[in-house]
Amino acid sequence: MSWRAALLSDTPRSRQEAKLGALYRGWLRFRRNRLAVLGLLIVVALVVVAAFAPWIATHDPYAQNLAQRLLPPGSAGHWLGTDEFGRDIFSRLVYGARITLYIVVLVALIAAPIGLLVGTAAGYLGGWVDAALMRLTDVFLAFPSLILALAFVAALGPGIENAVIAIALTSWPPYARIARAETLTIRNSDYIAAARLQGAGTGRILVRHVMPLCVSSLTVRVTLDMAGIILTAAGLGFLGLGAQPPMAEWGAMVSSGRRYILDQWWVATIPGLAIFVVSLAFNLLGDGLRDVLDPRQKT
Amino acid sequence: MAATFRQLPGFALQLALTLLGLLAVTFFIGRVVPIDPVLAVVGDQAPRDVYEAVRRELGLDQPLWVQFGIYVRNVLAGEFGMSLVTGRPVVEDIARVFPATLELATFATIIGVALGVPMGIAGAVWQDRWPDQIVRVVGLVGYSVPIFWLGIVGLLVFYGILGWVQGPGRLGVFFEDIVPTVTGVILVDAAIAGEWEVFWNAFGHVVLPSAVLGYFSVAYIARMTRSFMLEQLSQEYVVAARAKGMSEARVVWVHALRNIAVQLVTVIALSYARLLEGAVLTETVFAWPGLGRYLTTALLAADMNAVLGATIVVGAVFVGVNLLSDLLYRLLDPRAR
Repeated sequence: MSWRAALLSDTPRSRQEAKLGALYRGWLRFRRNRLAVLGLLIVVALVVVAAFAPWIATHDPYAQNLAQRLLPPGSAGHWLGTDEFGRDIFSRLVYGARITLYIVVLVALIAAPIGLLVGTAAGYLGGWVDAALMRLTDVFLAFPSLILALAFVAALGPGIENAVIAIALTSWPPYARIARAETLTIRNSDYIAAARLQGAGTGRILVRHVMPLCVSSLTVRVTLDMAGIILTAAGLGFLGLGAQPPMAEWGAMVSSGRRYILDQWWVATIPGLAIFVVSLAFNLLGDGLRDVLDPRQKT
Repeated sequence: MAATFRQLPGFALQLALTLLGLLAVTFFIGRVVPIDPVLAVVGDQAPRDVYEAVRRELGLDQPLWVQFGIYVRNVLAGEFGMSLVTGRPVVEDIARVFPATLELATFATIIGVALGVPMGIAGAVWQDRWPDQIVRVVGLVGYSVPIFWLGIVGLLVFYGILGWVQGPGRLGVFFEDIVPTVTGVILVDAAIAGEWEVFWNAFGHVVLPSAVLGYFSVAYIARMTRSFMLEQLSQEYVVAARAKGMSEARVVWVHALRNIAVQLVTVIALSYARLLEGAVLTETVFAWPGLGRYLTTALLAADMNAVLGATIVVGAVFVGVNLLSDLLYRLLDPRAR
């Protein structure tokens, strides 16, 4: 029996095999969506570029060379041109991938667990805990996220870590909503009752029996939100409140290139294009994942 | 109708609770997060006596809940404190800059409705054909493109290269202070004064930023219209109307559209509120003297009173619009009662 037949067989021989089989079927369905695959490829490329930045970059991203400032794309040695300090734009883009990835991953790692915890606790415990936690969620949802993130950054001070904290603090409420909705549908199911009768405590039930079931819809939502997180982070960088110079953050690069836009269009345009491509990729990937993992939400 | 009015006290309570929560968040940001809230308000250049006065005024010698009480009372009385940057009360500043933002958001919404609704309907009527693909692409780009970048590229192309529009700002230097301020919205003021040259100059300035901002509303409104319309077109009354021999245009534009009208109004209201957020970045790009630019200028100067004042205003508008559209929905749509 080939590995493919084994994966697709209706009678898996072990739990592992069943899991792998389900995963493989998901992949087959995902693969049919060409745009989603394109999104995945771009995201993988982003990760590779970020990981191997020193080998991919042609120049030191911080090395200034005022003799070669504002060179147009296609110049010898600088195929995307140079910025106002003569720094190689391509190399800065490559290193900027690290910052973008750093922000996105960190925000997801902070915000998703907060949302998961708040949502499952509210849904499972019900009563006044539910009411209180959901009111809190509503209040955070009441602000447009960029505005709230701005206010947090104003209090914490500019910087990349503070930008991450601010974005995370503003992006958990939707996750809490989703986790709560999922919890409500499973809290009265028999297997939860069985776990409870076996003497499992609330914490154990939440962590072992409720949270795992919320993960797939949360994954979809987080992936779809990645684009929004990238845009917010870039917006903060553009306003000078995110990563500080001379860090090669894409939003900050757009901001500093803005002054030269009419004569040297590439300085501001190219980093913005990078932001656009990456967030487009996350949107495509998220749409594809949604169709595979959560057919109910299909629009 | 009567049932809706009976729900009004509940709505009012919900509104009050949410607004209180809003204040709790801004209070938390202003007082708890900074290491020294007084420094955050007066800046590190302030003389000793100013520092002490502000410290007493904020009630920092009191327990936290008393401070919160003072804070809520101040905000309700319309006192957001003084701005470090302008040296004027924050409330006055906001009242002065808000019309500019309103002007931008209104134009953007008009663009969003004028293009978004027909596009969404076309997408639903020709599902999976080319008009639908266009709606999909417009939506996808709208959710992926950094708005500040779109603004910069727009300036480059339409101002720098083609010269079709005016540059950043709200009015050319030569046209400033010609028309008296009545509403604060220059287009309206110019029309009232009959200064058509000023009017057209102001129009040239507002077109590009509102188009950039409006693009996001087009993406959102088209997407929502499409899914509402798809839902209606699969209903039996549509089949009945078609079976009767009614023209397709009449089925779509009269029968189906009337059924999604209320949902659309809600979506449009929400997108209007969401534009306030996009306005922060757009105004920075176009040097548009509105609330968003006020907020970012204050941010860079660490002017906490102004930042929190602007945040509260945006949050309150957001909450208000949300609740209003909810209420409107119940009032206009019998199915939601």
